Amino acid sequence: MGEILLLAFLFLIAGVVAVPIASRLGLGSVLGYLIAGIAISPILKQLDVDVVSIQHFAEFGVVMMLFLVGLELEPRLLWSMRNKLLGLGGLQVGVTAALVMGIAMALGQPWSVAMAVGMVFALSSTAIVLQTLNEKGLMKSDGGQSSFSVLLFQDIAVIPMLAFIPLLALSELASVANSAADDGHGTGMSLVDGLSAWQQFGVTIVAISAVIVGGSYLTRPVFRFIATAKLRELFTAVALMMVVGIALLMTLVGLSPALGTFLAGVVLANSEYRHELESDIDPFKGLLLGLFFITVGAAINFDLLFANFGQIIALTSGLILIKSSVLLALAYAFKITNANRWLFSLGLAQAGEFGFVLLAFTVANGVIPAPLADKLLLVVALSMLLTPALFILYDKVIAPRYAGAQAREADEIDEDGSIIIAGVGRFGGVINRILLSAGYKTVVLDHHSEHLERLRAFDIKVFFGDATRPDLLHAAGIDNARMLIIAIDDREQAIEMVRYVVEHYPHIYIVARAFDRHHVYELWAAGCRDIIREHFDGSVRAARSALEALGHHPYDAERQTRGYVENDKVAMRELAGLYDPDIPVHENTAYVERTKAILASHEDAMRQSMAGFGSRIERGWLPPSLDDQAAAIADNAAKDGSSTQ
Amino acid sequence: MAKLIVYYAHPGHKYSHANKAMAAEARDVDGITFVDLYAEYPRFEINIDREQQRLLDHDVILFQFPMFWYSTPSLIKEWQDLVLEHGFAYGVGGDKLAGKCMILAVTAAGQNDAYTRQGYQQHPIRTFLTPLEQTAKLCHMDFSAPYVLYGSLRAPQEGLLEPHVEGYRKLLEAIRDDRYDLQAAVHGEVIACNELPILEGA
Ligand SMILES: Cc1cc2nc3c(=O)[nH]c(=O)nc-3n(C[C@H](O)[C@H](O)[C@H](O)COP(=O)(O)O)c2cc1C
Repeated sequence: MGEILLLAFLFLIAGVVAVPIASRLGLGSVLGYLIAGIAISPILKQLDVDVVSIQHFAEFGVVMMLFLVGLELEPRLLWSMRNKLLGLGGLQVGVTAALVMGIAMALGQPWSVAMAVGMVFALSSTAIVLQTLNEKGLMKSDGGQSSFSVLLFQDIAVIPMLAFIPLLALSELASVANSAADDGHGTGMSLVDGLSAWQQFGVTIVAISAVIVGGSYLTRPVFRFIATAKLRELFTAVALMMVVGIALLMTLVGLSPALGTFLAGVVLANSEYRHELESDIDPFKGLLLGLFFITVGAAINFDLLFANFGQIIALTSGLILIKSSVLLALAYAFKITNANRWLFSLGLAQAGEFGFVLLAFTVANGVIPAPLADKLLLVVALSMLLTPALFILYDKVIAPRYAGAQAREADEIDEDGSIIIAGVGRFGGVINRILLSAGYKTVVLDHHSEHLERLRAFDIKVFFGDATRPDLLHAAGIDNARMLIIAIDDREQAIEMVRYVVEHYPHIYIVARAFDRHHVYELWAAGCRDIIREHFDGSVRAARSALEALGHHPYDAERQTRGYVENDKVAMRELAGLYDPDIPVHENTAYVERTKAILASHEDAMRQSMAGFGSRIERGWLPPSLDDQAAAIADNAAKDGSSTQ
Repeated sequence: MAKLIVYYAHPGHKYSHANKAMAAEARDVDGITFVDLYAEYPRFEINIDREQQRLLDHDVILFQFPMFWYSTPSLIKEWQDLVLEHGFAYGVGGDKLAGKCMILAVTAAGQNDAYTRQGYQQHPIRTFLTPLEQTAKLCHMDFSAPYVLYGSLRAPQEGLLEPHVEGYRKLLEAIRDDRYDLQAAVHGEVIACNELPILEGA
């Protein structure tokens, strides 16, 4: 127990110290974690920690990341990416592997070893690249989307590679292999061992269908069931259970867990529980990926590196050069333009975490001799370590050159700028319908399953979730939102939400629903400047109806009520400034005095209007009185007289 | 029988003397349509389809209003801007109002002699009404001489309002019964209550 706590503390403190520094220096979180790993590697060695097995555990972060990526990707979008996925991804993997293989053979490796090396190096780091792209907000750009296509293809390609590698086994190494087998990846559990190819295929199809069907039809009832318990952590538990379960199922049938959870994510992309799932899984993903990067840093064998410094540096730079050249050529062929081309080519130029997996696997299967594999491992790790540097090169040198083009692109990328509506009861519902009919994109959050049921019947898209939770707001896209409409039915939480969003996202325009006068003042004090009292307009209209029914001309009734609304607004503004949430209203003398004064002036205005003149309400369309006219005529006559004289 | 619609517009109906009396009279005439625009559209949300249908259903369109700043009250302007659409009232295919007739019934505080070249309004009242006249022309409608009450503020005291209101009823009934001499009216300047071009016995 003590040991686990010590380890956890060590990893956490390394990350907590290194990442903020790296971010502040503009190096990105990934490099921060890698450096943290390097920093603690001597301690880990002292403690005799098995870094590699921790790394395998942390790789689960990649699985979670692909689940999250899937959630962001509707099936329609995935389908529209199919050309890039197969064309760009297939060519990248194929051409890079072939080139690397050729070079390895030229360097004297046997073809089987060369081929295995080619496959290892063809893969890039999903973890680093997606994390970095997300961090920089480049995921939706053309370069980001292309990178993602390639990474997804690679993740899928790992499966056939794992199946193919044993066939390359060298006989001398085979005996070593048997003893070293099962490195932790070729897991001992399998449902498909000993099945014929057709049977395996069948099981695979069944497993994938299970994920798709289960995702589409089981999530909803399960979440509804969970919601009845009203326990926040249960949602997290269910979300984790889903991801772990799918990964397990995929492993059992010999498929990539990352692919499985990605698929599940895509299936759930349209679900109303999407943002809830996102916010539940996201922290785990972040922590695991961080741990993963730390272990990459910690696993660098510096003794070996310094012993073969020149060779390893040469291999690493050669690898980056080859990979980026292939990517650049593909970028031209697939018409990826401007800065995006460079983002794509530089971003994917490293080897990746699947490289570790494959290397371990090749050693276990006696394809690559262990001493060579150790050096290659260093190359993979170094290339990953250098990736942030390439991104910095992109950021500081390349992107600025295309700054003009980038600015134009930014508009297209910016599919967000959406409007978040928190709470979709009767109040939020009307707002949503009007905004939608005006062509705006809304993201609607509500945590009443009854509301969701009702709205789903009308095909209105709503996400399940407690909008007062910052993480859920984040998942719903508050970072890129342009407006937040608070229509939740809890007055205290509404105020909290205003306070939170005003503080953290001062650029977001907030419209808040208030329950009554004092709620208005509190929301105002919290920083909201557009506050709508929920019953106010209804009461005003009812009053207008009453006036009309009492025989007032409809236009007079309209003017009368409009005048009231105006007066009330002015008074509210004034009183909101005097209101202090910390002082009870009746003890707030300034507030009380002003209220009295305003009420008195209202009465004056009313009395005046009884006399027929002058108030805000009654002014307008009054011709001069007969007396006024007589006075004017006399005046004119006098002037005429004086001018003719 | 000509189908007549009276559009009445006065935002200060409550304070009105002249128009209020005229409107009450018009409302009382059988066989014509009377619309109080400010009552029907207190929030200016004019129903274009309904208004166009009303135009199609009538032959003579009469606007009754007090002159405000040498123009109409604003709702009539809004009504024109929205209802007289291209393709309906003018332009390509815009012949739906062709052959109909527009008449104005206007009250003005200025005296008869003020609305002359020499008077302090510097122009005859027709000059101020040219936007409406040209609107009618562009919509292929005839523009009949307006029925005008000058000195509208003092008319009640001077005993001029009553004959004007009576004349208004006669005018509306004559139009309804095809006894109004539109030919003469189209060529006239303004029509006063004591010189209504009504064809007897027709
Ligand atoms: C805002 C306003 C503008 C007016 N502008 C004019 C004008 O330009 N010329 C004019 O002769 N009378 C003008 N008047 C006087 C009105 O025409 C007069 O009040 C109206 O004809 C009286 O009719 P009523 O008793 O139905 O209100 C104006 C009156 C108001 C209230």
